[in-house]
Amino acid sequence: MSAAVRVEGLAKRFGDTTALAGVDLEVQQGAVLGLLGPNGAGKTTIVRVLATLLRPDEGRAEVLGHDVVREAREVRRVIGLAGQFAAVDELLTGRENLRLFAGLFRMGRREGRARAEDLLERLDLLDAADRTAKTYSGGMRRRLDLASSLLTRPPVLFLDEPTTGLDPRSRNQIWTVVRELVEEGTTVFLTTQYLEEADQLASRIAVIDHGQVIAQGTGNELKDQIGGQMVQVRLVDAGRREAAERALARVGCGADHHTGGQDGLVTVPAPRDGVAMVAEAAAALRDAGVEVSDLALRRPTLDDVFLELTGREAAPEDAPTQPADDAAPDSRRPEAEKEPV
Amino acid sequence: MNAAVAELRWTLRDCFLVTGRNMRHFTRQPQLLLFSTIQPVMFIILFTYVFGGAIGSSLPEGVSYVDFLLPGILIQSSAFRASQTAVGLAEDMKNGVVDRLRSMPMSRAAVLVGRTGADMVRTLFVVALMIVVGYIVGFSFMNGPLQAVAAVIVVCLFSLALSWIFAFVGLISDGAETAQSAGFVFMFPLVFASSVFVPIETMPSWLEGFASVSPVTLAVDSARALSLGGDVAGPLLGFLAWTVGILAVFVPLCVWRFRRMS
Repeated sequence: MSAAVRVEGLAKRFGDTTALAGVDLEVQQGAVLGLLGPNGAGKTTIVRVLATLLRPDEGRAEVLGHDVVREAREVRRVIGLAGQFAAVDELLTGRENLRLFAGLFRMGRREGRARAEDLLERLDLLDAADRTAKTYSGGMRRRLDLASSLLTRPPVLFLDEPTTGLDPRSRNQIWTVVRELVEEGTTVFLTTQYLEEADQLASRIAVIDHGQVIAQGTGNELKDQIGGQMVQVRLVDAGRREAAERALARVGCGADHHTGGQDGLVTVPAPRDGVAMVAEAAAALRDAGVEVSDLALRRPTLDDVFLELTGREAAPEDAPTQPADDAAPDSRRPEAEKEPV
Repeated sequence: MNAAVAELRWTLRDCFLVTGRNMRHFTRQPQLLLFSTIQPVMFIILFTYVFGGAIGSSLPEGVSYVDFLLPGILIQSSAFRASQTAVGLAEDMKNGVVDRLRSMPMSRAAVLVGRTGADMVRTLFVVALMIVVGYIVGFSFMNGPLQAVAAVIVVCLFSLALSWIFAFVGLISDGAETAQSAGFVFMFPLVFASSVFVPIETMPSWLEGFASVSPVTLAVDSARALSLGGDVAGPLLGFLAWTVGILAVFVPLCVWRFRRMS
């Protein structure tokens, strides 16, 4: 299989801010790459470069063999773009939006209209088709946005944080459609700050932070980087955290690792599997006089991977609905890529 | 060759589609259209009845103030409305519509042509309405129907030229509000220091000097001569020179700016 998207040494600066510091990525045809990273990591910048909206300072990028700078026109013919910054027209109805974009994609009138109807139906927008997009809910707007990017059945689809700020039901609707598209052979390049989204949709995940790819692989490969298992301890007294960590480190758990978790929860990688590990951990905690209400061995989640790689918590799954910094709607502003303070 | 012709046809279709989209926006915001027509209508009525008596006496025999005023007000309202081009573009950039269009294999020029084109059609609509109101308060074209049409074309061309200036303002400004206030600051003195409301001979000589070469004066004098009679060629040549000059500078500037937008 050949690469649908190839990115080599991509660098981009906005004034003093380095948005991309040499990114290499490859997405095979028909695959789904999940680009995972915190706000301001550079996810949106990469998508903007790939969608021909932004010229890179250094490096190169290709979509289906077409250079995004020198052959921008060819690239635009084969991509669809949806997400935070590619908006729909608020003053037009859903149907008018799709017909307008179909026309501008240079589809014939009849073909464009038929395709618009198909997509309205497929994305469950038929009932709202004659209302202006201004009246749509967040989820409907995102579905219309997605529909607009699917008019030409593009072989490569870029989705920039497609579900940020959506409720679970709307998010599932989007996921269903994306899965169908992948079934049909579409290559999907997806950015997200939700680990679950990357885990659910992507065949490969690239973790990006400070404009650099810091890890790549399948979800399982990334989880294996940490080790097979995690020991998780719920403390009776949250103030005993340090004592608990020291005790666990004595039996090899979580030495030299970032530890995460909320108040009373300590989660650290475990060097070994099995009941013996649990017993050792329990004994170490008892010897240190740390009281626990729960002690368990579990598979690492992508959250653990994220914390391990970046030293930071990822965005909570039920993230607030305001758009993330990385995805500020005013995409002309380079500040959109600045690190959150 | 055939490919070039086909591409030109697609480009024209793109321009047509974007123009249609922008015009549909006007109808979706009737309150905006209402306000943009109330203001010039109010100006016609206020100026005719408030200043008509005082200024009328300095006009040539047989020309009433409303006859003198209306061509001026048509230009004035176009000048004040021109910043709407910047506002429209700035909004499209802010809410991401321009990004979507830029990611599509359509003509880049269509985004700009569709904007300025739709704004010119709106000017035509407002002009038609103002002429109707003008007729109600006593205005009439004295120079024949062809000249009347030519006067309207002058107003539309003036509107189009200004629209391209403000398209550039919209592309480089950081929001609709900035674009709008910038428009006001520049257009207000240009409009008042011109022949829109009064004959410029009544101004102090330094101001008259400025006003006599101002594109606003030349546009007004062209439209006025076409509707009332008098020397058309002089002001019209000056006006056309300004129009061609403005378009020759700002169309390429806008296209350049749009292409290297990021």
